[in-house]
Amino acid sequence: MSAATVVNPVTGVAGRFGAYGGRYVPETLMAALEELEAAYAVADADPAFHAELDGLLHHYCGRPTPLYFAKRLSEQLGGAKIYLKREDLLHTGAHKINNALGQGLLARRMGKQRIIAETGAGQHGVATATVCALFGMDCVIYMGDEDMRRQELNVYRMRLLGAEVRGVSGGSATLKDAISEAMRDWVTNVRTSYYILGSALGAHPYPTMVRNFHRVIGKEARLQVLEQEGKLPAAIVACVGGGSNAIGAFYEFLPDANVQLIGVEAGGRGTALGEHAARFQKLGGGVPGVLQGTYSYVLQDDAGQISSTHSVSAGLDYASVGPEHAMLHDSGRATYVSCSDADALQATVTLARTEGILPALESAHAVAEAIRLAPTMAKTDVLMVNLSGRGDKDMGILARELNLKGALAHGD
Amino acid sequence: MAIKFETKPGIVAYLTAGDPDLATTRDIALAAIDNGADVIELGVPFSDPLADGPVIQRASERAVARGIRLTDVLGLMKELRAARPSAGLVLFSYLNPVVRMGMEKFCAAAAEAGADGVLLTDMIVEEAGEYLESMRAHKLAPIFLAAPTSPDARLKAIAANSQGFVYAISRVGITGTQQKVAGDASELVARLRQFTKLPIAVGFGISNAEHVKAVGEFADAAIIGSALVALIEKTPAEEAAAAVGQFVAGLRV
Repeated sequence: MSAATVVNPVTGVAGRFGAYGGRYVPETLMAALEELEAAYAVADADPAFHAELDGLLHHYCGRPTPLYFAKRLSEQLGGAKIYLKREDLLHTGAHKINNALGQGLLARRMGKQRIIAETGAGQHGVATATVCALFGMDCVIYMGDEDMRRQELNVYRMRLLGAEVRGVSGGSATLKDAISEAMRDWVTNVRTSYYILGSALGAHPYPTMVRNFHRVIGKEARLQVLEQEGKLPAAIVACVGGGSNAIGAFYEFLPDANVQLIGVEAGGRGTALGEHAARFQKLGGGVPGVLQGTYSYVLQDDAGQISSTHSVSAGLDYASVGPEHAMLHDSGRATYVSCSDADALQATVTLARTEGILPALESAHAVAEAIRLAPTMAKTDVLMVNLSGRGDKDMGILARELNLKGALAHGD
Repeated sequence: MAIKFETKPGIVAYLTAGDPDLATTRDIALAAIDNGADVIELGVPFSDPLADGPVIQRASERAVARGIRLTDVLGLMKELRAARPSAGLVLFSYLNPVVRMGMEKFCAAAAEAGADGVLLTDMIVEEAGEYLESMRAHKLAPIFLAAPTSPDARLKAIAANSQGFVYAISRVGITGTQQKVAGDASELVARLRQFTKLPIAVGFGISNAEHVKAVGEFADAAIIGSALVALIEKTPAEEAAAAVGQFVAGLRV
């Protein structure tokens, strides 16, 4: 298994993905991480835990999600057959609920009544607030002020669901700062609170645990594509912020060397530091370092200060990336490309008008790469896109960026 | 040059280097030493100080905005060493700036600058293999944090891998002042004592003479951080060294 979680041979610490991952946290959190690791191992080995999770994923969330052949888009591009894994159809509108539900069940088993979480685009916050409402748990969500502004609808959704949303004004007031503030809360309330981290990031066991809760994406897709096409896809494309939807889509296909795995980072509006969130791109300024508990690629200056980032999509706007992606990048098993704000916006319009599907701006980065790639592939090839979320939350940004208000005013 | 606490309780003073500027931090550190601080923890400002409360976050943000880098802090350490050969000097940093410089290069530079020890906030003992090797090679004291939540097995490993002193965190949470010294602190120090003869210094929420006295009853030294940084924040730069000197002198009454 190329992507098995390994123990650091030097230190004996678990949670390594090649050189990456590990645990770099204040000592106060160590007991909680050890407790979490042990509780997760017990739950993961318990068929009753999986039965309850699978039951909720099916009856409450709507799994399995369809694998949909995007016929008009494929024909228009004149290349590979594009299939969309419809995580956007999942309850709450994105893949995030897979993990929030899994960790929520785990928190309940551990007897934790108070849940904290961070959110960028608000999808993980909404998923967590949903799970807390379902289980009757207290919920505090940290969200950067900038993200609260641009994903306002999700702020209302979280509040409606009963969560307390706390704005974070420090740093760039985006996802990175929300994670820092959630970690500060956790350090302070570690004895009573459970931190539902929303991506395959942070200290061990989070990257492994979050990935495992999203493996269902790839497991379903593998069966579905074999059933519908009788063969595996030539390539799978997914957007990568922290990287949870991508690792969930990729993981089951890691042993299939002929399946190309492509992660799409936020290219933002330029290649200078601060203008993008493309950690793996040459010239981008991403090098291995430690941010928020894990060793991975980090956008930083040459003194090791973490860089600010920019993306039109709040969910991709993060200076680091899940450590398993760092390993897959170095080994070459997955490749990582970037997509600009402008291309993501264009892809949103294209998908909406050819298929009647409005993707989240995050997922639109993957769609844009598929649009670029499909014409270069054979017509018999299958190109699978993980459509990680739906775009309703982005209507404010889309209206402004695409000038929809003006078009409407002119009776277009 | 050494970490030692001759008058009990000892005083460790934390300063965010470069807030308000490097020259002022230098004067403040000298004033603290001359007024009874046994050890100066010179904090490397970091963009994402997730273990710190609002006071040190703001100081760090100001210093980062001024462009203060790890190499600047090492330069400041060198000046302090030249000016006060017998003071205890510890570099205090989040891990990433150190990783960026390179662990071996960092330890060599810290030793060359005259540091006695290093404390890395987000470095736990299990991950510290390469760090401890480089520290040993350069005869630097690694100082680890011990928390009230750390079970005895962890405290044992923390004690076994620390030199100079062990930093006992008085309560769960982030840095910042509080009314009273937390009850967690004496229990943690008692548990740590089973495993080490090193001095034990208590930090987080220690901000006045009363707290220092309370800590002195069960530990070897008190660490003052946010209270000093807050004093520096509200004092004009040219008066900061005198204000800090007076404050530190008043901590042991």
